[in-house]
Amino acid sequence: MEYWYTEEHSENVRFSIRVDKQLYSAKSTFQRIDVFEAEEFGRFLTLDGLMMLTEKDEFIYHDMIVHVPMASNPGIKKVLVIGAGDGGTVRELTRYSTIEKIDMVEIDKMVVEACLEYMPQTSSRLSDPRVTIYYEDGLKFVRDKVNMYDLIIVDSTDPFGPGEGLFTKEFYGNCYKALTEEGILVNQHECPYYESYAMSMKRAHKRIREFFPVTRVYQAHIPTYPSGHWLFGFASKKKDPIKDLDENRWNSLGIKTKYYNTELHKGCFAIPTYVKELLDDADKE
Amino acid sequence: MNRQDRTPIYDALHQYIDNRIVSFDVPGHKQGKGHKALVDAFGQKCISMDLNSSKPLDNLTHPTGVIREAEILAAEAFRASQAFFITNGTTAAVQNMIFSCCRQNDKIIMPRNVHKSVINAMVICGAAPVYVNPGIEPELGISLGMSVNDVKKAVSENSDAKAIFVNNPTYYGVCSDLREIVKIAHDAGMLALIDEAHGTHLYFGEDLPLSAMDAGADMSAVSIHKTGGSLTQSSMLLLGPAVDAEAVRQIINLTQTTSGSYLLMASLDIARKNLCLHGKEIFERVCSLSEYARKEVNRIPGFRAFGKEIINGDTVFDFDRTKLSIHTRAMGLAGIEVYDILRDEFGIQIEFGDIGNVLAIISVGDRELEIERLLGALSEIQRRFSRDPMNMLDHEYIDPQVAMTPQQAFHAKKRSVPIRESLGMISAELVMAYPPGIPILAPGERLTSEIIDYIRYAKEKGCVMTGTKDMEMNNIETVEE
Repeated sequence: MEYWYTEEHSENVRFSIRVDKQLYSAKSTFQRIDVFEAEEFGRFLTLDGLMMLTEKDEFIYHDMIVHVPMASNPGIKKVLVIGAGDGGTVRELTRYSTIEKIDMVEIDKMVVEACLEYMPQTSSRLSDPRVTIYYEDGLKFVRDKVNMYDLIIVDSTDPFGPGEGLFTKEFYGNCYKALTEEGILVNQHECPYYESYAMSMKRAHKRIREFFPVTRVYQAHIPTYPSGHWLFGFASKKKDPIKDLDENRWNSLGIKTKYYNTELHKGCFAIPTYVKELLDDADKE
Repeated sequence: MNRQDRTPIYDALHQYIDNRIVSFDVPGHKQGKGHKALVDAFGQKCISMDLNSSKPLDNLTHPTGVIREAEILAAEAFRASQAFFITNGTTAAVQNMIFSCCRQNDKIIMPRNVHKSVINAMVICGAAPVYVNPGIEPELGISLGMSVNDVKKAVSENSDAKAIFVNNPTYYGVCSDLREIVKIAHDAGMLALIDEAHGTHLYFGEDLPLSAMDAGADMSAVSIHKTGGSLTQSSMLLLGPAVDAEAVRQIINLTQTTSGSYLLMASLDIARKNLCLHGKEIFERVCSLSEYARKEVNRIPGFRAFGKEIINGDTVFDFDRTKLSIHTRAMGLAGIEVYDILRDEFGIQIEFGDIGNVLAIISVGDRELEIERLLGALSEIQRRFSRDPMNMLDHEYIDPQVAMTPQQAFHAKKRSVPIRESLGMISAELVMAYPPGIPILAPGERLTSEIIDYIRYAKEKGCVMTGTKDMEMNNIETVEE
């Protein structure tokens, strides 16, 4: 028997994983949720058929979305995480004893429930006493927050479906308002390679730049995401991710990571020429 | 099986396609066979259904088959004696109401804030308007419904009028005391005509204002495409029991296309079925979305989303809760400015913005996600764009000075003059901001300094002004006296 999971990375490109068995499948108000188990990637979660994370490579994404901003400002105390129902982002954040409060806003409770049951590798720290989970639309949550968070991490799905509102100008503006004076906004920034994703990337970049004086893009290599080349957006009111990086201080924390290190921190902001050009185009539009 | 489960026109189209009938009639694209670009653009199914009247598909101008069946089902659904499918827009439905009861110089009582189509109907048929001042809500600057006393007064002063015409609900959701106005009309031997363009949902939701047919009105124009889910330009004209339906059909056939679109007609059929079977839940949801949005908008300083609190027992006899109208003046922004910012900055298109308000239509197709986007954008507008509300013009209704009928003025010998020099002259044309499409000035009305100021202000704030021959609206056609 052949049992394969397939995601279409573009109309003409498919990515498949041989599946051992399906552990969970349900339809929530917002989307279809599935958890599979595979020989190569361990367990993996998909939403509406799109890959969210696998046990084998989730460390890359979660390292990069958390440790880059945390190393850029060790003074971060209050963090808002939007999306991230699998718990991986929160897991990395809880490794910092300096963080006092983590609010996580996930629109779909069923995703969190499914991950608590089937994805303990990422969801294990959702019970940390500093964590409060709100089940609502992220756009709604930030609307009335003012000067409250030092870091906002937007760990969303793609900008089609329930995540759409998290790529809009109103959302970025509301985030700006919700951030403190030294606030940082980090978001998953899609992939530059396939055209439809690249368009989302350009649009997000353009909108964020309208609000934040410091905006940078950094990259990581994530094997199970379209093209394997994934971007993150770093936007802040003051902090520069490279100038303000205090390597010794972060290294003294003794946080053991599998992907992130402070050398890579400096390097990940060096992006390929064609991506730079895409971002420059977005600025001109 | 529930009778309302049926969709006779749509089913007949399906059968027609299944029978693989060879077409030597119009439309010439022959179900798309000769026009690939059309099929690529709109899809095979859609183009296959773009057919012509024929025996199995009936004929809109003289329906005896599936169209007749569909109209009977629609009449039942809307609790009317007769329903006509209209494919020329609700404009046609409104105009046919007026053509059905007014000849040259016949009087018709109406509020001044009628839709452009009403003024145009009078230009065509020569009816003479008797305007009832709808009154202005002082804080919001919106025109309201008709006061029962004003209607009584107009009726007693114009006992020869043929009909009373009511906007119900208005664009903003304001309803008049329909039952009482219908009674006044009938007691005086007049017909009660209702422009219910924004009221399709009143027939299907619960705890919504009274509908025209339930109030005993004689005719009503319902724009099913606006809030009922049919395709743009499809509409219905509903009749009460006292009106001669066949005579009305003759009037409709004077101006309605003889090539009525089957896509539009089938969409009316499908929308009617959906409203009958699911309307109650749909509008419960719509109401809860708009009430939620209202509550959240009111937490943003500077915006006021008004609702049932404006009910006053007369000019606001009831309020349509599905409407999300927001007063923007305290934000220091004209409604039209908020409307433009929403579109240009946030990619959100709302129904209209006028001098002091914006209106968001919430309907069958809305979800929480989009509501949150609108709310997020409004809170950003407050943060980024709000200004000192000094020097904001704050009223909308200007009492018209009618010098001649719209038709007389329209056909009179005319002279074009710059608007700023037009004081005291009689306008030969219509001036309005679109949307909402309610005339600021109708043909036959005198230009006052108030009107000239209003036009200048509306232009300056970015309202799209339409109606005049001069596309830039620097000049206006006036009647040579």
